[in-house]
Amino acid sequence: MTTHYLILSGLLFAIGAMGVLIRRNAIVVFMCVELMLNACNLAFVTFARQVGNLEGQIIAFFVMVVAAAEVVVGLAIIVTIFRTRRSASVDDANLLKY
Amino acid sequence: MESPAEIIQHTAGGAIGVSWLMIALPLLGAFILLVFNRFTNRWGHLLGVAMSLASFAVAVLAFVELLGLGEDQRRRAVRLYEFIPSLKLDMGLLVDPLSVSFALLITGVGSLIHIYSIGYMSHDPDRRRFFSYLNLFVAAMLLLVLSDNYVGLFIGWEGVGLASYLLIGFWQFKPSAAVAAKKAFVVNRVGDFGLLVGMFIIWTSFGSLAFKDLGAQQIGTASDGTLTAIGLLLLLGACGKSAQLPLQSWLLDAMEGPTPVSALIHAATMVTAGVYLVVRSGAFFEASDVASLVVTIVGVATLLAGAIIGCAKDDIKKGLAGSTMSQIGYMMLGAGLGPAGYAFAIAHLIAHGFFKADMFLGAGSVMHGMNDEVDMRKYGGLRKYMPITFATFMVGYLAIIGFPFLSGFYTKDGIIETAMEHGAWMGWLAVLGAGITGFYMSRMIFMTFFGEKRWEKDAHPHESPSVMTVPLILLSIGSIVLGYFLIMDNRLMHFLAPAVGMPEHAPVPHVFSTTTVGLSTLALVAVGAAIAWMKYGRAQVPAVQPRGSFLTTFARRDLYGDALNESLFMRPGQWLTRIAVYFDNRGIDGLVNGLAAGIGGSSGRLRRLQTGFARTYALSILIGAALLTGALLLVGNI
Amino acid sequence: MSSLWLPILMAVPVLGAIVVALLPKGSDKLAKQVTLLVSLVVLALTLVMAFQFTGAPGDRFKFAATYDWIPSFGVHFGVGVDGIALVLIALSAVLVPIVVLASWHDASGVKAADGTVVAPKRSVKTYFSLLLVLEAMMIGVFAATDIFLFYVFFEAMLIPMYFMIGSYGGAQRSYAAVKFLLYSLFGGLLMLVAVIGLYVVAGKGTFMFPELVGAIQDPVTQKWLFAGFFIAFAIKAPLWPVHTWLPDAAAQAPAGAAVLLVGVLDKVGTYGMLRFCLELFPDAAKAFTMPIIVLAVISIIYGAIVAIGQTDMKRLIAYTSISHFGFIVMGVFAMSQVAQEGAALYMVNHGFATGALFLAAGFLIARRGSPHIADYGGAQKVTPLLAGFFLVAGLAGLSLPGLSSFVSEFMVMIGTYSSPAFGSGALTVAAIVSALAVILAAVYILWMVQRTLNGPTAEPVKAFKDLNAREVWVLAPLVALIIGFGFFPKPLLDVITPAVTSTLSNVQVDNPAIAEKGAGQ
Repeated sequence: MTTHYLILSGLLFAIGAMGVLIRRNAIVVFMCVELMLNACNLAFVTFARQVGNLEGQIIAFFVMVVAAAEVVVGLAIIVTIFRTRRSASVDDANLLKY
Repeated sequence: MESPAEIIQHTAGGAIGVSWLMIALPLLGAFILLVFNRFTNRWGHLLGVAMSLASFAVAVLAFVELLGLGEDQRRRAVRLYEFIPSLKLDMGLLVDPLSVSFALLITGVGSLIHIYSIGYMSHDPDRRRFFSYLNLFVAAMLLLVLSDNYVGLFIGWEGVGLASYLLIGFWQFKPSAAVAAKKAFVVNRVGDFGLLVGMFIIWTSFGSLAFKDLGAQQIGTASDGTLTAIGLLLLLGACGKSAQLPLQSWLLDAMEGPTPVSALIHAATMVTAGVYLVVRSGAFFEASDVASLVVTIVGVATLLAGAIIGCAKDDIKKGLAGSTMSQIGYMMLGAGLGPAGYAFAIAHLIAHGFFKADMFLGAGSVMHGMNDEVDMRKYGGLRKYMPITFATFMVGYLAIIGFPFLSGFYTKDGIIETAMEHGAWMGWLAVLGAGITGFYMSRMIFMTFFGEKRWEKDAHPHESPSVMTVPLILLSIGSIVLGYFLIMDNRLMHFLAPAVGMPEHAPVPHVFSTTTVGLSTLALVAVGAAIAWMKYGRAQVPAVQPRGSFLTTFARRDLYGDALNESLFMRPGQWLTRIAVYFDNRGIDGLVNGLAAGIGGSSGRLRRLQTGFARTYALSILIGAALLTGALLLVGNI
Repeated sequence: MSSLWLPILMAVPVLGAIVVALLPKGSDKLAKQVTLLVSLVVLALTLVMAFQFTGAPGDRFKFAATYDWIPSFGVHFGVGVDGIALVLIALSAVLVPIVVLASWHDASGVKAADGTVVAPKRSVKTYFSLLLVLEAMMIGVFAATDIFLFYVFFEAMLIPMYFMIGSYGGAQRSYAAVKFLLYSLFGGLLMLVAVIGLYVVAGKGTFMFPELVGAIQDPVTQKWLFAGFFIAFAIKAPLWPVHTWLPDAAAQAPAGAAVLLVGVLDKVGTYGMLRFCLELFPDAAKAFTMPIIVLAVISIIYGAIVAIGQTDMKRLIAYTSISHFGFIVMGVFAMSQVAQEGAALYMVNHGFATGALFLAAGFLIARRGSPHIADYGGAQKVTPLLAGFFLVAGLAGLSLPGLSSFVSEFMVMIGTYSSPAFGSGALTVAAIVSALAVILAAVYILWMVQRTLNGPTAEPVKAFKDLNAREVWVLAPLVALIIGFGFFPKPLLDVITPAVTSTLSNVQVDNPAIAEKGAGQ
């Protein structure tokens, strides 16, 4: 039973990671990051249920709070970049290099 | 054989007790003239002369005081102060017959030359500086001969080298003078190297550098090899200072200096320091047959080389310089013969100091009257225009060629006779040298004072002022009488005996020796003079130097000494320097800069990894995480 | 019982530096005057202290003071001097006021007669407060009896010198400053490793030098730690082949900074060899003597030969210093009383001689705007006073007997030649080969003199002015010291001798001077 949840979690994480690696649009990359976070949440909750204590559940809540804060900051950055460069592609924002 | 007397610590005062004044006074003079430079312009030369004369007075008093002591009491050490404690070395003076003889010569002839220079340098704007250097020289030279240890001697040794450097380069705005000054110093330093290493060995072997610890008995314990090494190294030093082969090349160039300098430093005193060193270190040379033999060989070779060079020079000063080399060769030969030769070497040294200074100053007087012309081919017939200069020069000339009853006759003959006893070959070579001396000195006399005028148009020869001629007259009196005085009754030999020892069989001097050697010397000198008369007296002297034979060119080029030094040392040295600089800049520094550039370059390449693409970073994070996980799985820690 | 002498000596220049730095804008002249005053006060204090110093037996380090600094690691602020440290502190105290006076206009922009910029215009206050900070550190590095404190000063000295070269130097100043810094840091890091290693291996829980002497017995450990210290000091000294930073740094630094760099900072290297390398690791020092002597002899000859080939005056002087440092290192490692006394004396004398030479050359360069020897000629005629000082300084550089450097060079050579350590052969050869440098020294100095001072006066040289009063006051004391100690080296030697004796007894070499003293008692 647990295995199925974990497989789902792994699949979600892999989809998220792939999305981060191949998609250019910052919004999509962002959503993929969320997907990875939620995959982790699923794993936490699964393990919590299996072990039978609450710690995993609590961490899932923490992750959600942090993710929400991150969305606020991240979206603000993306919007600002879009305003100045008229593009939401992460490959265009490569000024911070050697 | 009578060995030298013990050195006694002098505690009483008197002139010997204050013998340091001899050095201090001229040093003070030099100091005042240099520090208060232009304020002393008006009377500086007088101060210089006064200091030199005062020093002479102290020397005379010390001499008289020494004569008043018993023979075995005549080596007095005067301790001044502690110099280098861990070398057990005190600064001190040794007043003994040898050093006093030198002190008298240096201050006596030195004072005369000081006086002469007042006139000679009267038109030079830097006359004060000239006198300060002369005073410095006198002080250093006195330190050289009076010091009671090798380090003090070495300080004086380099001090005279410095004074010589400054005075050769006195007219330093002439590039030739600057180069000659530097050459003299550098060549002398080659000799100093020998002297230095000699001192290392002496200190290591005997634990002292003071003469009082280095008598024949004290050094007797050392091995032959050590003694020979010390002897040869000291000889190297002596060769540098005394312009003996193979370090002779600087002396001819040194004639770039003002003529009084040539007379004082490069004829009468400084160049004889090598002879002093050999005689002072007699114990080492007497203990090593090889070393003393090499001294005589060097002496003979130089007396011939100098004479040959003297034959071909048209520059009157260079001719005299060649002759100086040659005469010092005689002294060196005498010094290499042990106690039997010391007295003659020193006697010849003193006599030479007088007649050579006389001739150099005479040459200066001629130049003074001839617009500083030095080429003898542009002289001729000057005897009528410069009677006093001519007369005094003639005296010097007769003294040097060994004309009977004059100084050189007695002193040179003594060296030749003693050499004959040691080895016929060196004796006869010395006789041959005397013959050549007869030739080149006569050539000089004929070209300068006889024959017809070959002057430049604007030359108005005239006799020099009395401030210059009086020293000439005094020097020529010395040139006449000194030889007879010093040699008769073995006067100098007995006087020097406490300092240098006495030979077993003291020679019996004659007023006119009729031995084969003596007569053949005279005959050869006469032949030389006759040839000179035929070539330069009777025949017309060409105003332009003729091409001459191979031998003439050989002599004119100073026996290719400079060419040899140039190809053997200078050019390879320049190459070595260039290679070393290249190696330093490109090799060592290249390595350093290369390393820096290498690190810089590789970090430049490494930073290319920072592309700025967020997704590339994400990929590398993923790969890193995967690798880490894989590694953990592999070691089985999960 | 703590003596306050040394802490005060260090505090005075630091306070002076703060005062100078805090002066209001536009008070450049006041800044210079304050700096000069402070440095003279330090000199006076040092002299008073030096006259109270006795080489009497008892405590090795006089005027000792120890305060806890980092107690948990056993680090102390420990200071104290023996004879060698004392003369080096005195050397620094003498040189700083002279350098202040010599660099009077260096920071406010120097222009040659023809308008060439010799030194850029920069903050005057910063320069002089850096100078005072440097003085405090120089005193500290020689006075430190705690090895950690020594290390701190050893590295911290780089900072003011880095800025003095990097912002007040010549055209290539930043290259030279970075090169100097990287070289020194590299050596310093090796030394740091060795310092920590020493602390750990000795296991005494302290960095105090006197307690660490003889603490390391294992020969292999000694060798490793010795190497760490020695490489740092060899770079500092500098010894061939790690010498190439010096010509660049000395040529680019302003003349005054170059004097302190070559005259004092580099001495820390040779001083460190004598104090730390020998005493802490005697067995390793003996084991490495031969290779080090070889390096020293190479430095002597190589430095002299390369100096002959230089076209830039300051680089030439820097290379002569490499040759002279070779002599010092040779004297240190010859392990004989005479040679080590000579080496210690040489450190002082070299400071005076090279200082005078650098400053005189600096005055020439300030007039012409070019360090190239070929740009000069015939200066003697125009500036006789400057030429005279230059010549005397040069003669001191070639160790003319009668000048101070001769005594030390002679002692080093004769001490090496006669050293009883390690059989005689190799050291004898080393002494003889090094004596060849007397010939080379004459060539490099006199050739430079000939090309700058002698000959016909070059056109730009004709506009030169002779030394002014300030410049005479810079050079005259140095020349007086050079001549004075040339004839009377005893005051210095009296201070140095007991220090060398105790060093050698810690190294446990066969020292006839000690044996003799023992027999005499």
